Amino acid sequence: MKLHFSRKLLGIPYAVFLLFFVIIPMLVILFYAFTDKEMHLSFGNFIQFFSDPTKLSTIVYSLVIAFITTAVCLVIAYPVAYILARSKMKKKFVILLLFVTPMWINFVLRINAIRELLGWIGLLGEANYFNTIFGMVYDFLPFMILPLYTTMLKIDESLYEASSDLGAGGFTTFTRITLPLSMPGIASGITMVFLPSMTNYVVSDMLGNSKVTIIGKFIYEYFGTNWHMGSMVALILLIVVFLSTWLTGGFREDETVRGANL
Amino acid sequence: MNRKALVYKCLKAVFIGIVLLLLYAPILLLAVYSFIDTDVIGTSGGFTFDHYRDLFTDSQVMTMIGNTLGLAFASAALSTVLGTLGALGMYYSKRRVKSTIGAISRIPIINAEIVTALSLAIMFVAFGLQKSYFTLLMGHMVICTPFVVLSVMPKLKQMDNSLYEAALDLGASPAKALFKVILPQIIPGVISGFMLAITLSLDDYIVTVYTRPSGFDTISTYVFNATIRGNAHTAETLSSFWALTTIIFLVILIIVIAANLAGHRKKEAVK
Repeated sequence: MKLHFSRKLLGIPYAVFLLFFVIIPMLVILFYAFTDKEMHLSFGNFIQFFSDPTKLSTIVYSLVIAFITTAVCLVIAYPVAYILARSKMKKKFVILLLFVTPMWINFVLRINAIRELLGWIGLLGEANYFNTIFGMVYDFLPFMILPLYTTMLKIDESLYEASSDLGAGGFTTFTRITLPLSMPGIASGITMVFLPSMTNYVVSDMLGNSKVTIIGKFIYEYFGTNWHMGSMVALILLIVVFLSTWLTGGFREDETVRGANL
Repeated sequence: MNRKALVYKCLKAVFIGIVLLLLYAPILLLAVYSFIDTDVIGTSGGFTFDHYRDLFTDSQVMTMIGNTLGLAFASAALSTVLGTLGALGMYYSKRRVKSTIGAISRIPIINAEIVTALSLAIMFVAFGLQKSYFTLLMGHMVICTPFVVLSVMPKLKQMDNSLYEAALDLGASPAKALFKVILPQIIPGVISGFMLAITLSLDDYIVTVYTRPSGFDTISTYVFNATIRGNAHTAETLSSFWALTTIIFLVILIIVIAANLAGHRKKEAVK
């Protein structure tokens, strides 16, 4: 029998790969999250975790850190993206590239550089929360600039002209045109910054003098001691991710490719 | 141009300049001190290449640099093959299959890295798989391959489908048609997918920590342990990271400039 070749069969290795290294691991987490150490079905992990006041206060701190980081990133990135997207400069592309280039240096080396800088100005070990937020803003800023820039570039220049022809001032044009049309970029920028600022404990460990704990760090701590609790925290983060992706109108491919198409 | 517009223009330039300055300040600081004969930033010293010498003579550091590069190329190459085939398969599948695989493929992209890392680590241990180079490679492929699929897909959508049919009608085998007709059309996406996979692998810390065999260090894990846990075996190691950062920064700068010049030349040629 001659095997009929169909191009869709080429996808089989990837489908199998996804099954073994994405689906099954997620199911394993789901299983561990809802079982106790004797492998009995239980909600005990959730109850134990959420009735611990120190855990709850860490979650609040972590959310506040993530919120401030995201807000500062937005406040810096929005004007940068706006200025670059509307600039008529021929080489504006090069300037955008300058914003993204530091992102290609190894992440830990980059944080180490900030650590040295903070040590030099005497802040290391003195202002742990400030340092952590500073490092996170530094690190995640490009994730905010890129989606904002891509959406703003798509705004038709004639809309600005029409707005000014019809007598709108700078502020009205901003609130009626720029802001609403850049909303998708704001949404994907926020999701791309908020999530790592809650979970990327490398930054808080290296800059927070081991005094700053964020939600991601729980998973690290539980990994050595209690997989059921660790899986439970991971599951909660997973649900948060799915909810936020769903709420912000899904996932936009062109804005998530981390500057690779530059 | 009136005066208000001029002021506005200057303000914009100053703002962009300040943000860029902040972004580059830590890197430039290390670049300067990588040539100064001191182990503490802020103290003075003469000009020296000692930090570079320390970097290249520290065998542990050289091993971890080799590990990092080897792992990045291996996982990027495998991810590119797997992801390109996956994108092709998805593109020609029925819509339901395509959107299902697409949705699963997005999970590692939108997920927090720590969740991906933990799920892999627990699965490996639960199924009795010893942590090895294989588990590490799989971990890196999980974070890289979906991005390859993402960068190949748009090229497939832009592709002229009738060319493949024409090749088959003219007697080419499906494999030959794939390599001679489809691949050349999607190659820019494949290359950018490969480059992206390399940067993702080079950059990774979290997945590496959860899936690596014991004793295997990459730049990320080595630098993290040396600075935080004080695992650096000598004080020189810490200052040799200044040299390492400077070298990596220069390499990236050269690649960016070269890629830009190449792109520029291509555009000129088209004109």
